[in-house]
Amino acid sequence: MCATCGCSKGAKVTIEGDHEHAGAHEHAGAHEHAGAHEHSLAHEHTDDHEHSHAHEHSHAHEHSHAHEHTDEDGRVYSHTHGAPDRGPAELAVLEARLLEKNDRLADRNRAWLAGREVLALNLMSSPGAGKTTLLVRALSELGLPASVIEGDQASSLDADRIRETGAPVLQINTGTGCHLEADMIATALERLRPAFGSVLFIENVGNLVCPSLFDLGEAVRVVLFSVTEGADKPIKYPHMFRRADVVLLTKIDLLPHVDFDERAALSALRAARPDVTVVRVSARTGEGMPELLSWLRDRHAALHPT
Amino acid sequence: MHELSLTRHVVSMVVERAGARRVTAVRLRIGRLSGVSAEAVRFAFDVCARGTVAEGARLLVVEPEGRGECPACGRSFPMESVIETCSFCRMTPLRVVGGEDMMIESIEMEAG
Repeated sequence: MCATCGCSKGAKVTIEGDHEHAGAHEHAGAHEHAGAHEHSLAHEHTDDHEHSHAHEHSHAHEHSHAHEHTDEDGRVYSHTHGAPDRGPAELAVLEARLLEKNDRLADRNRAWLAGREVLALNLMSSPGAGKTTLLVRALSELGLPASVIEGDQASSLDADRIRETGAPVLQINTGTGCHLEADMIATALERLRPAFGSVLFIENVGNLVCPSLFDLGEAVRVVLFSVTEGADKPIKYPHMFRRADVVLLTKIDLLPHVDFDERAALSALRAARPDVTVVRVSARTGEGMPELLSWLRDRHAALHPT
Repeated sequence: MHELSLTRHVVSMVVERAGARRVTAVRLRIGRLSGVSAEAVRFAFDVCARGTVAEGARLLVVEPEGRGECPACGRSFPMESVIETCSFCRMTPLRVVGGEDMMIESIEMEAG
């Protein structure tokens, strides 16, 4: 496995527009993250999670020394620490978040998007909850310029469906990866170049677990929950639902045909996230679409004060 | 398996900090409510560190307990899941106040 990007056979991330590179360790294009290691101090934090920046306290200490300990009773112990064979070691205190790199890139994406007044939404759900179908319908009815970043392990099937609506789209294939990360979005943004003042839908890999941890730089986290799933999904996948800004209850046209306890589902959702916005929608019949689109237009208008 | 990708981030940060020096130990703090399995990180670490200066390093993971606070009555309770209601006022969902850490605390390197 390559330590720079984590790529290995079968785990290679490909982003539409990549040029072929012969060896797994040749990092042209897709894995070049310009400025990824810069520390920009001027970014905004709009979310309520903490961004603690890694600061280091490093000090070399000799490992061969004698010293004394005095305990509460006044007894004094003394002992010697011997030096290990390899000489003195250095302890570096990092106190760095595991997701430091991802979140730093996500903040850059967020700043980039805000600078262009692009409203970015991260759509997450289990596979088959209806993300692409809903997007296809929303794109044709929204009446605002919009583009799409599609995340899937393999194939460009979803991007092809989106392309038919005429919206600009870019497919990311994560290989064996189970979620999108901020660096993939950074590359995708450079290539897709969403229009000023547009809406950007990021369709994450269908998965209710992993995508919840990775901030992509979006403004809104949307989780889809279809009525063909169990009403207890929010309890079983709490990490995903408790970070959702909006939950779309999808495929509501199927309610008469399935044993879905909508009240139980709503109370499970409120337990996970008390203040969550819930929109009921069917991309098939169009029920709920006006509410969804009007919510979207309001969010979009909030970015463009007139 | 987001742990594999998280562990890659860990190794990459450790390697960046260590430069050419060999890393002998890495200390992480992964809270029990973080949504990350410490066990899976341990499993992934050896694989991710292979071929880097962190290969063979000891991995120590401390796992702080989950802790929640009731926004209504202000009482604080240990939490085992991120969705729990206050056991005193019954209905109110607890706000998570501890156990969500995902940090690299420190690394130990051979002196350069």
